[in-house]
Amino acid sequence: MGPEAAKYIGAGLAMTGLIGAGAGLGILFGNYLQAAIRNPAAAAGERTYLFLGMALAETMGLFGLVVGLLILFK
Amino acid sequence: MAGIQPMEQFLIHHVVEGPKFSAPGIGIIDLSITNSVLFMLIGTVIIGTFFMLSAKRALVPGRAQALAEMLYGMIDEVLTGGIIGDRGRPFLPFIFTLFMLIAILNLIGLAPGGFTVTSQLAVTGTLAVLTFATVLVVGFARNGLGFFKLFWPSGMHWGMALFLMPIEMLSFLIRPFTLALRLFGNMLGGHVVVYIFASFVIGLGAYGLSGFGLNTLGLLGSGLSFVMVVALTGLDFVIAIIQAFVWSALACVYLNEVVNLDHGH
Repeated sequence: MGPEAAKYIGAGLAMTGLIGAGAGLGILFGNYLQAAIRNPAAAAGERTYLFLGMALAETMGLFGLVVGLLILFK
Repeated sequence: MAGIQPMEQFLIHHVVEGPKFSAPGIGIIDLSITNSVLFMLIGTVIIGTFFMLSAKRALVPGRAQALAEMLYGMIDEVLTGGIIGDRGRPFLPFIFTLFMLIAILNLIGLAPGGFTVTSQLAVTGTLAVLTFATVLVVGFARNGLGFFKLFWPSGMHWGMALFLMPIEMLSFLIRPFTLALRLFGNMLGGHVVVYIFASFVIGLGAYGLSGFGLNTLGLLGSGLSFVMVVALTGLDFVIAIIQAFVWSALACVYLNEVVNLDHGH
């Protein structure tokens, strides 16, 4: 296995950071939905914060993407 | 598989050749109009003409005016009004410009033949630095040196606060990077995934047509990939708007911290 192959494997492994982002998004939207069903009147007011939380959870996964890109194109 | 190059769509090439200057300390500045610049201009023209045409100030708004008023009202109520409060009014034009620019640039990228300007880290990075600089300038202008209270966690023993201050500072300084990376990553990822599935449609379809028997399964895969392309394009439209919204919402949250620093809003 040459260094080239190791590079691709490393880039692929870096993307495992998205596992956490996926789990985080699931928790986020699941809990939002649960809360929204229990109290539909309050759901609309918290939608901004839902998207904010989504953005922040996603960023953590995208750091993995950046590491992957760094490995691939450095 | 050599023909599949998912990154090729993000390449920048010159459309109109322009002069090159060598700036001291920076290097060579190329003033050519690239496809990135071209599509940014198209986006600006679209936004400009839309708001010129829709701003008729009719008492009973037409369709275009109703849409423009709805967008404006949404940013006013949900973002600057909802997050910052009354003090957010002066920032409405800035936030609204950010929202419209990012949303339109994302949507242009989804049009066939369009170039996604926001998939360039240079573009999102510049916008992020602009947003961050606005927060810094507003923060120092409103609070003076009291701006540094932002990093001091309140309601805590001073030893613990001293320990947490570097972390607070770090999380403040990392904001432009996360802003830029979020938009860049989402746009890049969305387009690459659509490209990969579109290449499956053609690849598996050609394989399915190449013979009978097991090869026919290729047609099934091709059809499934086509459904995925349609679904992912739909998702990308949602993401295009949501990312623009998220960017402006985060800009509001960051501005809120410095604008309402003194009365803990």
